[in-house]
Amino acid sequence: MGELKLMKGNEVIAEAAIRYGCDGYFGYPITPQSEVMETLMLQKPWETTGMVVVQAESEVASINMLYGGASCGKRVFTSSSSPGISLMLEGISYLAGAELPCLIVNVVRGGPGLGTIQPSQADYNQATKGGGHGDYQTIVLAPASVQEMNDHVGLGFDLAFKYRIPSLILTDGVIGQMMEKVVVEDQKPRWTDEEIKEKYGDWATTGKQKNRKGNIITSLALESEVMEKHNIHLQKKYREIEENEVLFEEFQTEDAEYLFVAYGSSARVCQKAIEIARAKGIKVGLLRPILVWPYPKKRVSELADQVKGMLSVEMSAGQMVIDVKLAVNGRIPVEHFGRFGGIIPSPAEVVEALEQKIIGGK
Amino acid sequence: MAKVRGAIVVDQERCKGCGICVVACPTGVIQLAKQVNGKGYNYAVMDKPEACIGCANCGQVCPDSVISVYRVKI
Amino acid sequence: MADIDIKDIIKEENLIYTKPKVITDTVMHYCPGCSHGVAHKLVAEVIDDMDIQDKTIGISPVGCSVLAYNYLDIDWQQAAHGRAPALATAAKRLMPNHYVFTYQGDGDLASIGAAEILHACNRGENITVIFINNAIYGMTGGQMAPTTLVGMKTATSPYGRSTELNGYPLKITELIAQLPGVAYVTRQSVHTPAAVRKTKKAIRKGFENQDKKIGTSFIEIVSTCSSGWKLSPVKSNEWMEEHMFKFYPLGDLKDSEKESEESYKKYIE
Repeated sequence: MGELKLMKGNEVIAEAAIRYGCDGYFGYPITPQSEVMETLMLQKPWETTGMVVVQAESEVASINMLYGGASCGKRVFTSSSSPGISLMLEGISYLAGAELPCLIVNVVRGGPGLGTIQPSQADYNQATKGGGHGDYQTIVLAPASVQEMNDHVGLGFDLAFKYRIPSLILTDGVIGQMMEKVVVEDQKPRWTDEEIKEKYGDWATTGKQKNRKGNIITSLALESEVMEKHNIHLQKKYREIEENEVLFEEFQTEDAEYLFVAYGSSARVCQKAIEIARAKGIKVGLLRPILVWPYPKKRVSELADQVKGMLSVEMSAGQMVIDVKLAVNGRIPVEHFGRFGGIIPSPAEVVEALEQKIIGGK
Repeated sequence: MAKVRGAIVVDQERCKGCGICVVACPTGVIQLAKQVNGKGYNYAVMDKPEACIGCANCGQVCPDSVISVYRVKI
Repeated sequence: MADIDIKDIIKEENLIYTKPKVITDTVMHYCPGCSHGVAHKLVAEVIDDMDIQDKTIGISPVGCSVLAYNYLDIDWQQAAHGRAPALATAAKRLMPNHYVFTYQGDGDLASIGAAEILHACNRGENITVIFINNAIYGMTGGQMAPTTLVGMKTATSPYGRSTELNGYPLKITELIAQLPGVAYVTRQSVHTPAAVRKTKKAIRKGFENQDKKIGTSFIEIVSTCSSGWKLSPVKSNEWMEEHMFKFYPLGDLKDSEKESEESYKKYIE
């Protein structure tokens, strides 16, 4: 079923959220992701599904509206781009601390500072290493197509509610602004309070009932012992997610002697680079993490037994390469290649980097 | 003519001895005790119980909700 | 005149005033005489009186009242510093038939959260805001607040607030009263029995306005902070009457419905 459409990545985020039965969106305009809220406002889902859409006064307000909505057990999301996400980090830490499920979309642009509105992957560390204060993680999905932008909305919410954790879609201006064909799902109904309780337990602030104590959503614990216990609980949950939810895709790794590791739009560049390299007789494959947290450490480690070297291709100065190196643990050469500040590497550049940094470096 | 008599019960262990009820009482019923409670506060007591008219002023201004007020017509 | 024994007065059937049901048995961490206790109790009494315990969502701030969720037996969300109105916006929009209130101090509401409160009020969110103004940061040890009076000594204005260094105390309630989204703005106190009764009426009205969906209700309670002010609870009340009320006069600032788009059109035509 579903419906075939030609849409921009950002637009499909909005479309997918409405069709998934999302309860609310709270956001603030910033390039290159403003189409998310624009599409929602155009669609007026409050007249059809009853979904709430609010243009907040800032990203700080947006993320805290998300906290308020998520506390009610509702499926709520926000979207922003790098500088806006930086502003949201305090709130994301609170959401993680209070174990609130929600979806945050980061259409990454080049930094640091106000940076550029062109695409980048330089927020990888911020997204996958917590980002805000305290020991926490968020689930991080890294779509590489407009179709995955659609799919990751549902997947992000499902994982967020399964583990009571914020999910973050880490994408960039390429995927956000690009138009592709996409199959969107049929409209699903929004959950009622009773359905949420049935599926995920009675933890939300939906009004104190006589058969239970007041539900309190907080990230505060003044006694250190209680806070440590909470941290241990969170870490246990994170290990469980690392055990169960790893998701990746491989291209031409069966006979590969070398490996590209890349996510999102960089992975698309690498697919073309593989074509060029193989035409030259270089047997290279690609490992594409679909989720960048939890990271496919085991698979990277296994492939280190097979290939002679790995090149982490990212639109950053080298962030994911550290995760690759940790998984490989010094057994084979691992290098990074990236363009940054809003530049997308060309497939030819990537092949050249493989030849110079990995093959030539031997 | 009907006369109103009141009485208060102070949860002495929870009273913090702030004295706001003492000031709020229109008939000077309440004083802080010379003794202290487990937390070291001089808790509120009815010093002149016969003067209490059960107006509940003390209860209303009590920040810790430790005063219950009773009233009868005699 | 027949005398009566105390024991005969203290009987269940003669009970006329006691702790509201919604107030829990947890001992409040507030200092002796703190206005928070009375303000909490009044919110609890209104919830009791309106019988809305199962439909009320409280949003607690950062500051002394961060732990308000331990004292009122309702569902609570604990907000990041200053952001309670953002939480309340989402909660109310997603659950429009619930009663949503924020409970915020002057540091939380008038300083770090100035943007959130102004915009929530400007959007006319159908929420009730309880604003405790004691002109000081209590929780962190008595630092200067945006509402600290000129000349008032605090931990960060040890020689008294100077307008040259720190500007003037912020009358945020007056600012809020200007916003067309706001239905009801009042400034009250809880230092005397009469004041307590008035404030309870104001809070009740604020909650009832949520039924009418006429915009934000904003209730400032001018309060004391004995520890921060370094005065006894009773002296604090006197000091408040003498100094705070002059700059923050009590009474209603606005009592209407939020303005309609029609009335706005008159301005632009």
